[in-house]
Amino acid sequence: MATTARQKVGWGTANTVAIFLALVPLLWIVSLSFKDPATITDATFWPKKWTWENYRGIFKTSEFTRALINSIGIALISTLIAVVLASMAAYAVARLSFPGKGLLIGMSLLIAMFPAISLVTPLFNIERTLHLFDTWPALIIPYVAFGLPLGIYTLSAFFREIPWELEKAAKMDGATPFQAFTRVIAPLAAPGMFTTAILVFIFCWNDFLFAISLTSTTNSRTVPAAIAFFTGSSQFTAPTGSIAAAAVVITIPIIVFVLFFQRRIVAGLTSGAVKG
Amino acid sequence: MAEIVLDEVTKRYPDGALAVDKISLDIADGEFVILVGPSGCGKSTTLNMIAGLEDISEGELRIGGKVVNNMAPKDRDIAMVFQSYALYPHMTVRENMAFALKLAKTPKEIIDQKVGEAARVLELEPHLDRKPANLSGGQRQRVAMGRAIVRDPAAFLMDEPLSNLDAKLRVQMRTQVSRLQKRLGTTTVYVTHDQTEAMTLGDRVAVMRNGLLQQVGTPQELYERPRNLFVAGFIGSPSMNFLPATIEDGKLRTRLADLPLTDQLRRTVGGATGRDVIIGIRPESFEDASLVTPENRPNGVTFHASIDVVESMGSDVFVYFTLEGKQDVSSAELDELARDSGMADVGASADQVVARLDAATQVREGDNAELWADTRKIHVFDPANGSNLSLATPDSAAAAGSLTDS
Repeated sequence: MATTARQKVGWGTANTVAIFLALVPLLWIVSLSFKDPATITDATFWPKKWTWENYRGIFKTSEFTRALINSIGIALISTLIAVVLASMAAYAVARLSFPGKGLLIGMSLLIAMFPAISLVTPLFNIERTLHLFDTWPALIIPYVAFGLPLGIYTLSAFFREIPWELEKAAKMDGATPFQAFTRVIAPLAAPGMFTTAILVFIFCWNDFLFAISLTSTTNSRTVPAAIAFFTGSSQFTAPTGSIAAAAVVITIPIIVFVLFFQRRIVAGLTSGAVKG
Repeated sequence: MAEIVLDEVTKRYPDGALAVDKISLDIADGEFVILVGPSGCGKSTTLNMIAGLEDISEGELRIGGKVVNNMAPKDRDIAMVFQSYALYPHMTVRENMAFALKLAKTPKEIIDQKVGEAARVLELEPHLDRKPANLSGGQRQRVAMGRAIVRDPAAFLMDEPLSNLDAKLRVQMRTQVSRLQKRLGTTTVYVTHDQTEAMTLGDRVAVMRNGLLQQVGTPQELYERPRNLFVAGFIGSPSMNFLPATIEDGKLRTRLADLPLTDQLRRTVGGATGRDVIIGIRPESFEDASLVTPENRPNGVTFHASIDVVESMGSDVFVYFTLEGKQDVSSAELDELARDSGMADVGASADQVVARLDAATQVREGDNAELWADTRKIHVFDPANGSNLSLATPDSAAAAGSLTDS
């Protein structure tokens, strides 16, 4: 199909507008994070005076660093648990026929569809009763629960693409079921597991709703929630600069992930969407 | 090296479907046995049961004298070549072939030596460090064979190993498989739906249909003495022609001509008059009447047919014609054969006859040609159960079969 010059211009304009709309808020946050606190409200897009003051400020107190540790720890543990459980479940979904398979897939889809906000109040009460409130497990448990459907769907699509005969061949070659899984199936499914891990990690990392509702102190408060508790230098100054700096800091890992693993993420999302 | 014995082996799925029904088969040490049949006949299931990839519902399977019904595949000491080759895509050719030995914790020098040897036999040496994705179909097929032979197993199982190759390569690989098997002398069970492969490769061929073993014998025996309609129609290419016939007044009344009853037929059908039968005659049993030597003529009958199509193959000429008659032959077995060959799909009429004539024939399309049919080679089948009435009783046929085996 030949593209005419007109089409090229049309698409070019549309793309530019879309990218512009997506990038402006991001650039704005970056710009804010580099502004001197005194010039925050000077109504210019780019800072007149560049400063690292905001970044220095957020790393000075333990409030942000502690939240960063919580974020990293909780997201990594949740991802690990979710991917291990999801890979087993997905393997079963892709390979075995067992009673209740349809129900399992339906349930996991149901969980993925469930509006998270409706679960916040019951979870809050349950966790308080169980003395889980404001601990790492308080967040890990719901994160795993919401990460699992995503993982099962993505991974089962990957497992389904691995020919069953490979496993039979491994069995004939003398492998135990465990050896067949670890030496033949898992290496082939590694891209899938990796993609799933990235997707689940991003979900945990970005979550605000559970983080703000199920934590109350720096014990387990993650960065998105901690940012909301930032205070200005005095009671009457808004901590705009600090918030912007913190937002930039937690966005960086995600941007790095996405840039490096773009293809994998897209492959994972589409394989889940089309064949899941 | 070992013999494989199937003793009334049966596979019944949980939903009650019977895939394999009481198959008994003795495969001698070093023998090359082919399981052949249309898709869904249970041949692959049988192979998977021998491999241990599927459970045996009833019966007993012995390999090398040991009952292996409940043994895991890895303990049975057998290697398998899959239709899709099932090469491990993340491993090089060398790693693929060494995988089984590595799992068995074989010392590294022995692994290298065995892989090297297999690679030399299969001419894979230049490709040892490549991944399967970078190999051609024929090379992948050889890697799959190599993976099986490095292990020196008691038996090879092959599940349609050549069906993913193109026609020309398949013929070449067929010869190679045959040569390899002769050289290694390893007991081999080979599954295929292609009767040509079955006929050319096997020491013995086992024809299956609907989970039942129809006949086991040497290729020649299956060709010359098919026990029933199904085997007769399945073996041979182009396949046997079937025509309706009636036994009347001590004669076999067919659309070709009235034929005298042989002694054997007289014994099996007795004096029953008016009995409907199906006669089978191979394309090779026809000849252009003008090319038949006078001394050979009395062995057959001549008849006239108007020729629809002439296909010249160079070495032979195939001619197609239809014999007018009141009804078509029909039986469950013939219906299945038609489905399998795709005849039912193209809508070819069942009473079309193919004859294979000498290349010297002058027959042209549209001619009303005089053809000759060798009546010594006509088979007579019972339409009710498909059994071959022109053969001696099944018992004596089996005895004759075992004589030719040895």
